[in-house]
Amino acid sequence: MATTLDSPRSPYARPTGKRGTNWEKWGWIYMRASGVVLIVLIFGHLFVNLMIGKGVDAISFGFVAGKLASPFWQWWDVAMLWLALIHGGNGMRTIVNDYATQRVTRGIFKGAILAAVVVLIVLGTLVVFTFDPCPAGSPADLLPSFCPAI
Amino acid sequence: MPQQSARTLTSQQKTTSRRPAGTLYRGREGMWSWVLHRITGVAIFFFLLVHILDTALVRVSPEAYNAVISSYQTPIMGLGETALVAAIVFHAFNGIRIILIDFWSAKYQKVMFYVVIGLWVVTMLGFAPRHLMNVFSH
Repeated sequence: MATTLDSPRSPYARPTGKRGTNWEKWGWIYMRASGVVLIVLIFGHLFVNLMIGKGVDAISFGFVAGKLASPFWQWWDVAMLWLALIHGGNGMRTIVNDYATQRVTRGIFKGAILAAVVVLIVLGTLVVFTFDPCPAGSPADLLPSFCPAI
Repeated sequence: MPQQSARTLTSQQKTTSRRPAGTLYRGREGMWSWVLHRITGVAIFFFLLVHILDTALVRVSPEAYNAVISSYQTPIMGLGETALVAAIVFHAFNGIRIILIDFWSAKYQKVMFYVVIGLWVVTMLGFAPRHLMNVFSH
């Protein structure tokens, strides 16, 4: 019975017979590419929401509605939503693969992560694009200043 | 002579045990940056889940959104926001360090860790006083 052992320092090679897209490689590339874009998007988000003017004190429906009324901030927020959730979900998947030792628990954790990511991406995208900055019947002092007087 | 070679051997063993070879992630700067990257990453992920849900309240009503946001504008949450930004800034700068290790060179990974810490301190000195002034000056 001859047993062969791999050399301990042999470079990584994909198992032979594995065909198709190398998803782990694309996940690895995605983390780096999305990470660079997210630095710009999130630092901008934090600067505009927390540093300018009265910072966190100024955040209210009127402030958010004023921002989300412009397509620029709509696309900024949607890009942040998709990139950050997939980046975070993939990071959590890596951590589950590292620490969850049993097949069933791994599956449950990764299923929960996937469900959270999909639900929040759909919810967030719908909110950004179906949002009305001047909802009818709301008190005018809660709305952004550009809303027509009722 | 045998004494000297024995001494050389112990010092070699010491060096070996202090600096594990063949990996960036076992021991010292490489390991601690990895640990911090994971912890900050998990923390940011869970914040993100909550943050999307609270922002989604703009679709419900102005009153609902303002009620939840005003609970964020308290001193305790203000300190939490400072910790959150601290985690994000570390994760961002260490992420650039990881990209540089992968695409440029692992030779300077330790120096780059201290550059990350330095840039983090500078960024937080810019952010924290400004934010805490907003939080504590009602």
